[in-house]
Amino acid sequence: MAEDRTGLATQAQMNAEPVEMLLNMGPQHPSTHGVFRMVLWVDGEKIVDVEPHIGYLHRGSEKLCEGEQYHQIITLFDRMDYVANFNNELVYCQAVEKLMGLAVPERAEYVRVILCELNRIASHLLYVGTIGLDAGAMTPTMFAFRGRERIQSLFEAISGARMMHNYFRIGGVKEDLPDNFEQLIAELLPLLKEDVEESDRILTFNEIFLTRLKDVGSISAEEAIDFGFTGPCLRGCGVEYDVRKAQPYSVYDRFDFDIPVGLDGDCWDRHWVRVQEMYESLKIIEQALEQIPEGEVVSSLGRRLIRPPAGEVYVRAENPRGEIAVHLVSNGTDRPYRLKVRPPSFCNLSAIKRLLYESWIADSVVILGSLDIVLGEVDR
Amino acid sequence: MLNSVKGMMLTLASTFQGLKKPVTREYPKQPTPVQPRFMGFPALTWDNDVDEPFCTGCMVCIRNCPTQCMSASMMDNPLNEEGKSHRRKIVDYFEINLNRCILCGICVEVCNFDAIVMSHEHEMSTYERNGDRVDLPALLDIGKKYQRETAWIPPTVLAKAKKEAEDAARAAAAENAEPAAAAQEAD
Ligand code: SF4
Ligand code: SF4
Repeated sequence: MAEDRTGLATQAQMNAEPVEMLLNMGPQHPSTHGVFRMVLWVDGEKIVDVEPHIGYLHRGSEKLCEGEQYHQIITLFDRMDYVANFNNELVYCQAVEKLMGLAVPERAEYVRVILCELNRIASHLLYVGTIGLDAGAMTPTMFAFRGRERIQSLFEAISGARMMHNYFRIGGVKEDLPDNFEQLIAELLPLLKEDVEESDRILTFNEIFLTRLKDVGSISAEEAIDFGFTGPCLRGCGVEYDVRKAQPYSVYDRFDFDIPVGLDGDCWDRHWVRVQEMYESLKIIEQALEQIPEGEVVSSLGRRLIRPPAGEVYVRAENPRGEIAVHLVSNGTDRPYRLKVRPPSFCNLSAIKRLLYESWIADSVVILGSLDIVLGEVDR
Repeated sequence: MLNSVKGMMLTLASTFQGLKKPVTREYPKQPTPVQPRFMGFPALTWDNDVDEPFCTGCMVCIRNCPTQCMSASMMDNPLNEEGKSHRRKIVDYFEINLNRCILCGICVEVCNFDAIVMSHEHEMSTYERNGDRVDLPALLDIGKKYQRETAWIPPTVLAKAKKEAEDAARAAAAENAEPAAAAQEAD
């Protein structure tokens, strides 16, 4: 047999059975957005199977809730989705308020909406930065984080903490907005608009970025619904579903905003939907600032020891990542009997096997990044 | 090709923009100022009028702390026996494990005696595992520093002043309304 001098594979080698290789990704991988571990079975550069391992960040938050008093649980919700703290606090407070039949003062509702929408922008900015990193772009990260930093400075001025705020209360918010709030937000909004536009300009229609994200990780609307997708991941498939519109809570029915939807359900569509959502959030904030009334920020009942009547409620709200819901069962004491959270990231992540199947290894981080998971919420 | 040129232009434009105004702070050399409401580590306050801590050791904060990171005990107040203080009980021993504290501010909210504040202290790393278990004198030192720096006024005093001002305003408004009503009646 003639010697193969080219160094290329011989015919015999090429005809041999393909060898599957195991590739371990995470938990300490920079692109797994926290501590997520995937075991990939690869055939060459193609992924043939995935086994996700969750639970590295499991803190037992749901169980801890059973041992804490109602006003202490807000701190646990801060730490569940640690990128969208206000949104998480909101859904918990709403659950307890619904159980107690507690009315929240108007002003508090507006304060909550403004903060939640700002938090949505902050969360999406973080996403824009990380998806840029996943696709190989460093600059958008810096711009996005600058914008996020500005929002967090405002949060610090309002609640005293940049991330773990513990600011929402059952029946309102902790204290009124600071005196210089109007000035702060008037300074912030134009800058924020610039930041969002800039990250959009740099990233969204960038040729390299488009090539990396277009037609990668596509999923059809039916499949997405079957997997329990919510939020931008579902809207990227073209399903117009947003809890803020489908079942308006708080004062969301008073604002005029659109729900951006994608077409193909690929990574780029999910990205585009998030970027558009930031503009919509800015619109909501502007309207809320116009409408916000004066008055109390916390109902007087919320200041007493909270002891909801026995019963159960299921409350849902729109998180930056999707639909977050709380199922709260009370037995009439000062601690809940059971508290179950429906975390959006967890449900979106459940499709990882389907999304990664038959894709390239290099695309796996982009697909994972486009789901925008937060491990604190997946593992709880 | 055209797109690459466009991308290049964008990069150049951003570079020049970036040269204008740096946003990065050199942190340890250039500390970032904190906001007035910033919640740093909890600390105990000092009553300068009587020269004793505000804290009575009532343990309300300890029962409400979500991480159970504090402990305290109370004793009879010697200054009260001498008639210098209105506090019958006073804190004897107080400890907070700041490593476990999650800076939630619940203790400040539940305290009825203005005795605890969220100070602006946030740089307390140590080399020991238990290095941040701070006791009463240390907590009072942090608190005194905070009081000095922010010209702290007890929140209950503030609330009282605000209420009085509001009552005065209401009374004044009522007085103004009365002559007007009287004048109307006279017509
Ligand atoms: S800080 Fe306040 S609540 Fe805590 S023991 Fe002292 S007086 Fe009581
Ligand atoms: S701030 Fe929160 S965690 Fe820290 S001591 Fe006070 S109640 Fe406990």
